[in-house]
Amino acid sequence: MIGTRSGRVTLLMLGVLLIAGTPAFAQVDFTGVWNANTNAEDGPERVAGPSLVEFLGLPINDQARQWGLAYRPGRLSLLEHQCQVHVAHYIHRGPFGARIWEERDPVTHELIAIHEAINIYEQNRTIWMDGRPHPSPNAPHTWMGFSTGVWEGNKLTITTTHIKQGWFRRENIPSSDEATTIEHWVRNGNVWTHVSVTEDPVYLTEPLIKSTDFTLSPSPNFNPFWPCEYVEEGEREPGEVPSYLPGENPWVAEYAATHNLPQDVTLGGADTMYPEYRARMKKLPVAVFKQPGATAPPAAAPPAAAPAGRGGAATPPASGTPPAGGRGAAPPAGGGQTPQGRGQTPQGRGQ
Amino acid sequence: MNRNVRYRASAAAVVAALTLSVATGAQQPPQQIRTAKQMPFPQKPDWAKLEVETLPVQGQVHLIAGAGGNIAVQAGEQGVLLVDTGYEQMSAKTLAAMRKISNKTLRTVINTTLMDSHTGANAVLVREGRINQAGPGLGGRPNEADLIGHSQLLALMTKIGRQKIAVERWPPSVYSGKSKDLYLNDEPVVILHVPNGVTAGDSIVWFRKSDVVAAGEIFNQASFPYIDLANGGSINGILGGLNHLLEIMVPKHNQEGGTMVIPGYGRIGDEHDVLEYRDMLTIIRDRVQASMKKGMTLAQIKAMKPSPTYEYEPRFNRDPAWTAEMFVEASYKSLGGK
Repeated sequence: MIGTRSGRVTLLMLGVLLIAGTPAFAQVDFTGVWNANTNAEDGPERVAGPSLVEFLGLPINDQARQWGLAYRPGRLSLLEHQCQVHVAHYIHRGPFGARIWEERDPVTHELIAIHEAINIYEQNRTIWMDGRPHPSPNAPHTWMGFSTGVWEGNKLTITTTHIKQGWFRRENIPSSDEATTIEHWVRNGNVWTHVSVTEDPVYLTEPLIKSTDFTLSPSPNFNPFWPCEYVEEGEREPGEVPSYLPGENPWVAEYAATHNLPQDVTLGGADTMYPEYRARMKKLPVAVFKQPGATAPPAAAPPAAAPAGRGGAATPPASGTPPAGGRGAAPPAGGGQTPQGRGQTPQGRGQ
Repeated sequence: MNRNVRYRASAAAVVAALTLSVATGAQQPPQQIRTAKQMPFPQKPDWAKLEVETLPVQGQVHLIAGAGGNIAVQAGEQGVLLVDTGYEQMSAKTLAAMRKISNKTLRTVINTTLMDSHTGANAVLVREGRINQAGPGLGGRPNEADLIGHSQLLALMTKIGRQKIAVERWPPSVYSGKSKDLYLNDEPVVILHVPNGVTAGDSIVWFRKSDVVAAGEIFNQASFPYIDLANGGSINGILGGLNHLLEIMVPKHNQEGGTMVIPGYGRIGDEHDVLEYRDMLTIIRDRVQASMKKGMTLAQIKAMKPSPTYEYEPRFNRDPAWTAEMFVEASYKSLGGK
C-alpha cells in the first residue's frame, strides 16, 4: 500500500494527525528568564504610565468610570498604598521581567507546578498543574491570585481566581476582587506570547483581552527589585483619603485635549474598543482643557485646527465637567495643585 | 488491494490516528472556574440546609464561616476561645465545626457586636464550656465558658430587654475602658473597644502571636457596614475602628499577608482589604458631609446622580436588608443630619 497513491495519502494523513496530536502530551517548556519588549509594545503604559482619565479601549461600566474620575493620585501617598502591587492580570504590562521554572515529581517527573518569579514588586506565582481545586470563597485573596493550568495542545491555559482589588489601568480604573483571569501562554522559539482574558462582574461589561510578547534572555541573570518601604510623604489628617468629589475633578479633559481627542473617547467603555467607534468619534467635538487656576489662555491649548469631520473647532467640555489636567502637565502658578504628585492638595477633600 | 479496500484502510488509519490524538490529549479544557461573589447571609435561611466551613487562618486561629457572622476560633493546649457565636439555629453545626478544630474545652467567648448573627448562640455555646477552675463559675454562676463583651454591649442588651434577648446571651464579664487583655494558649489576646461603631458596644479582638484580628461588623466583605443608629452606631465610629485596625496591622511583604483579618462577614483578608474598605467608606462619608455643608437635604443627597455610593454599589450593594440607600441615610443621620 505504501507504494500506491492512497498509501502515500494515508501515511501523510497519519503523519499530520500524529503531529497534530503530539502537543497534547508534549508540554511546552517555558523555563528561562524572559524580558518585556518594552520599547516595542505598549511602552507608554508599561513605563511612564497612563495619563489621568485615559480610560479608552477598556470595556468598563459606568461605575468603574466614576471610580476613575474620583481618583486622586495623592491616594498612593498614603502609607498603606505605597507598596501596592500590580495584580496578576496587570503586572505583565509593567516593566516586567520573569524567571520561569518547573517543579516536577522527583520520581515520576510529572509536572506539579510552573513557577513564575516576577522582578517588579518581587512577586512569585505558582501555577498548579496537578489538578488541585481552587480555594474556598472564604479564603484570602492575593496580588497574584490562585492559578491552575492545563495544556491545550501547545498552549498553556491558566485560570486565576482570588485576586486582590487592583486596577485594569493603573491609577485610573479599578479591578475588583471578584475578577477572574484566563491566560494563554504560547511559545514560538524565543518569543513568549502572553494572552490574558479577564472577566470582572463588578467593573467590566465585556472581557478585557490583552496580548503581550516577551523574549527569552540569553543571560540567566535575574534581579528581583522593589524593596518597597513606606515613607511619610507630607502631612495629612489621620484617616484622610484623597479623592475628587463627583464632578469636581479638574483634570478630566487634559489627556483628551492634549491628544486632540473627544472627551467621550477617553472615558472608555466597550464601544471604544471596536473599529466601528471611529465613525462615531469623528462626529464628536474635541475636548478643551483649561489649566486649573489659570486666568490666562489655557496652558494646554486645544488643537489649532480640528481634523476634518470632527465638528470643526474645539468645543467646551460637557456641562458640569471641569477642565482637566493630568500627568505631564506643568503645575499651575502658585503651586496650589499638583496634577499627579503624591502631595495632598487643598482640593482633595472638596471642602 | 482494490480501490475500495485501500480507502477503507486509509479511513481506518485516520480514525486510529484521531483516537490516538484524543487519547494522548488527556487533559480536558479548563472548567468554568470563576472567583466566587461575596454574598450576604440569606434573608430567609433554610437552616437545615445551611453548612458551615472551617478554614485555618494563621497561627492558632481558625475561621468558622456560614453560621451567620464569622466566628474566630483560637485553639491551643489550654482550651478554645471563640469570637462570636453565630445564629442560635446554627449552634449545633458551629459546635461540630469547633470540635473539628479542637477537642479541648471551650474557655472563653468574646462578642464583637450586638447582632443575632454574632451573639445568637451565646447561651448554647457557653454552656458547652467551663472556665479553668474547679467548682462553680464566677459569682456563683454555673461553671461554663466565660462570656466577655464591652460594658456598652451589656447596656444595650439590658436596654433591649430579656424578652428580646435572653439573659443567658448577655455577657457577664464586661470591660469598660478602651481595652481588655487576656492571655490564653500562650498568646496575648487584646480586646479593643470601637466606640460608636456598628453599635456603641463593639469590639475587635487581636490575637497578637497568631497575628490575626477579628474585626467584627465594622468590616463586612459582602455589604456596606450596618450602622445601628438606635444603638449608638455611626459612620465616623466605624471609620475610627477601621483606622485603628490599619494602625495595628502589619503587612508581610509589599502590602500583602502579615496580619490577617477575619471580617464580621465574608472572606478572610489582610491589611489591603481593610484599606480599600476604609478608603471607600471615607470617600462616601466625605461626599455625604460635603453635600450637607452645601445645605442639601437627605432627600436631595439620596437623589444625587451619581449617588454617593455609586461606584461601590456593584460590589457592596447586595444585601436587600441593608441597601446602599439605607447606608447613606444612616451615615447622614450619624453625621448630624436631621
